[in-house]
Amino acid sequence: MKILKIFIIIFLSIGFSQSKSDEKSDELKSKILKNIRCLICQGQSVYDSESDFASSIKLTVEKKINEGSNEEQIYEFLREKYGDWIIFDPKLNKNTYILWLLPLLLFLFGGAIIFKRLNSKK
Amino acid sequence: MKNKFILFTVIVAISFCFIIFYKGLNNSNTYTPKITDKKNIPIFEAKDFNSNAYLNSEKIFEEDIFYIINIWASWCVPCRTEHPLLMKLSKNQSVKLVGLNYKDNLNNAKDFINEFGNPYSQIIIDNDGTLSVEFGAYGVPETFIIDKNKKIIRKFVGPINEEIVEKIESIIK
Repeated sequence: MKILKIFIIIFLSIGFSQSKSDEKSDELKSKILKNIRCLICQGQSVYDSESDFASSIKLTVEKKINEGSNEEQIYEFLREKYGDWIIFDPKLNKNTYILWLLPLLLFLFGGAIIFKRLNSKK
Repeated sequence: MKNKFILFTVIVAISFCFIIFYKGLNNSNTYTPKITDKKNIPIFEAKDFNSNAYLNSEKIFEEDIFYIINIWASWCVPCRTEHPLLMKLSKNQSVKLVGLNYKDNLNNAKDFINEFGNPYSQIIIDNDGTLSVEFGAYGVPETFIIDKNKKIIRKFVGPINEEIVEKIESIIK
């Protein structure tokens, strides 16, 4: 009877940890798919799209997660195949540095003007 | 002096915005991935259309010649229009055509080949579309040229036409 109880506890704990890891990989999959742009219905994420392309990407991402690839490796794979545009959150590189730095420069420029004005009023 | 500086800044800012928007108007709204970047061919295993046996990419592209990968399906209407051109290309001795049958019903695909002819030296099956993703494809038909160094050197999205065939022939010369 004792052995049976131990077996049940082991069985339940294995089942629990399995469902936990499935949950984690599902979460990761959703996170990645929401950050990938569908090239057929542009403007929609692969997560929201029902196009043929989106379903192929969904399966590819699932395969890559099962093979042990992490989020960044999957993005890198897709970038290599389709370019930076496929990712909603673009990386800082020579094609995107204006996109990243311009708001910061405008903010600093505006801040400098305000600072100068306040100083001159004093 | 101060007013002149403000006027100058405003003019520069407006001109900058004008140039950005004007350039934007000339660009297409739909994004297409670059088609001239050289990329390595993916390493994969795929089912053979005729024998159902699994083949690896090394075996498929083993010869020291140019290869053309054509993604097609029997349900794809533009594939029918480009098929005679693929038949013409298949007569060229310096290239081998490999067909990638995309998300298709096997019997319909076989009927398609029997009806329109077989330009491919080998046909592999991509049932779920993941193999096409490995090639960087996002639709049907798409055609890729692979050089002797096993690099994808060109890709054509959509059905090929006479002009593209001429381009392909000049590349594989």
